[in-house]
Amino acid sequence: MYKLRNLFKYSFLSIAALVSIFPFLWMIIGATNTATDITKGKMTIGGELFSNLSMLFKMVDMKNILLNSGKIALISTFLLLLFASLAGYGFEIYKSKNKERLYTILLLTMMVPFAALMIPLFRMFANMGLLDSHIAVIIPTIATPFMIFFFRQNTKTFPPDLMQAARVDGLNEYQVFFLIYIPTMRSTFAAAGIIAFMTSWNSFLWPLIVLQSDGQKTITLIISSLSSAYFPEYGVIMVAIVIATLPTILIFFLLQRRFVEGMLGSIK
Amino acid sequence: MKSTGKKKYINRKSQAIGWSFVAVAVVLAAVFAIYPILNSMYLSTMSGKGVVYEFVGFGNIKRLFRDAVFKQALKNTMVYFIFQVPIMLTLALVIASLLNDKKLKFKGFFRTAIFLPCVTSLVAYSILFKSMFSIDGLINQTLLFLNIIDAPIAWLRDAFYAKVTVILAITWRWTGYNMIFYLAGLQNIDPAIYEAAEIDGASKTKQFFLITIPMLKPIILFTSIMSTIGTLQLFDEVVNLTGGGASTPTFNATMTLSQYIYDLSFKFVPNFGYAATVSYVIVFFIAVLSIIQFRVAGDDHV
Repeated sequence: MYKLRNLFKYSFLSIAALVSIFPFLWMIIGATNTATDITKGKMTIGGELFSNLSMLFKMVDMKNILLNSGKIALISTFLLLLFASLAGYGFEIYKSKNKERLYTILLLTMMVPFAALMIPLFRMFANMGLLDSHIAVIIPTIATPFMIFFFRQNTKTFPPDLMQAARVDGLNEYQVFFLIYIPTMRSTFAAAGIIAFMTSWNSFLWPLIVLQSDGQKTITLIISSLSSAYFPEYGVIMVAIVIATLPTILIFFLLQRRFVEGMLGSIK
Repeated sequence: MKSTGKKKYINRKSQAIGWSFVAVAVVLAAVFAIYPILNSMYLSTMSGKGVVYEFVGFGNIKRLFRDAVFKQALKNTMVYFIFQVPIMLTLALVIASLLNDKKLKFKGFFRTAIFLPCVTSLVAYSILFKSMFSIDGLINQTLLFLNIIDAPIAWLRDAFYAKVTVILAITWRWTGYNMIFYLAGLQNIDPAIYEAAEIDGASKTKQFFLITIPMLKPIILFTSIMSTIGTLQLFDEVVNLTGGGASTPTFNATMTLSQYIYDLSFKFVPNFGYAATVSYVIVFFIAVLSIIQFRVAGDDHV
């Protein structure tokens, strides 16, 4: 009975692991094959990697696209960390009735899907003449209620003694935040940064609405538009997907612990 | 008197500093979240094409009941919600409780592997699945080879199978994500409880239903509300995997509400007012379903 249970357990987990990993292998194998081979389910490494690569660089301006994605993701991550940590800290350290009311409203907006926001947002940026600009992609993402919530939850673990000591040493309230809080909470910042970067790098719907000219588009938009062709060039697309997935896979393997902390931070 | 006056002054000063910390984020959230939410509520009472709008009151809501595409999109979204969320959460819970075993070998490998799908972008994995599920693609080849099916299945073209494909894909992407939450929750359960149950002769299955599930209830509630919100606003996957069902016989067999809002606003001649009404249908269902889930979980706070 015990052995049977173990057999079941290990085979179940092995199948789950295999199913989880398989599409990654498929992506890498696909990058070395032609579109025809891929749609026919060829499962062996082919010799098309370099022709797929050069085709991709011929079809789209990869350097510019990666620059767009990188720029948007880095700027929005930096600003989001700054504003959300300031706010999360402010709500937790300087509690007041009015701030709590405001905080509750912010949390409620998390329940509202983006679909209900996108039309007014689109019209707002159209009126400002900012459509097709990276600013329009970045601005709505730099003070998300979720991140404010995340920082507030984590601020609860910031030792009050440390703050008192810093005040006694003559630091003003802003110096306490920038010189004591940020260095002490660096693992929180790392975790939040990973989540913020991934969200921005992978975002699709809002950039799809805002960015119209090819020169402005991000890697996610380009992959989507390449694959919506009637006969998608899957080999080329797989190469693009590998390139787009590489940064997030690297971050995951280098900073796995922070990555998981970032996700779990919301249920602390 | 003097000291309370001074205290009040300090308190007021520290309140001012407190507001300065939250100010930027609050202004940004007000302009880019709260204002749009209110504005689209206002828009939902208006109708028109292009730039000319007029007040229609509940007109848009009446229109919903006559709109076949809306009904289809609502039905699809509900099908995803009803089937996908329970399948995924059950799977995640089972995997997490299998992994929460000190004696298990290769634990780190299993956990990392099952979590790995979370690093992919929604667009990227949808396209990977699209290429695997093509008509003479890998999945059909494999199933034919194993004699599970006699003829290839039109995974992306058939109204039924297209939905199955979408559900399989989402489950692949998010099971590991939910598993991590359950694993974190399981670590907080005292192993002595399981040991006591073992001594009392409770089977593993019994332990799962009588200890694991009740102890994880708050986290299960959290993940199921998060998944509800996620599923009800599904967009990236259906657009990239099946084009919303563009190649299915009815053209919209997999279309979701979010996608219909997108189409109404940016694909057809824009009718922002009606699109805003459809967006509030999602808000409505998220609110109702969240309250039901709180009630089922027996949480008295709502």
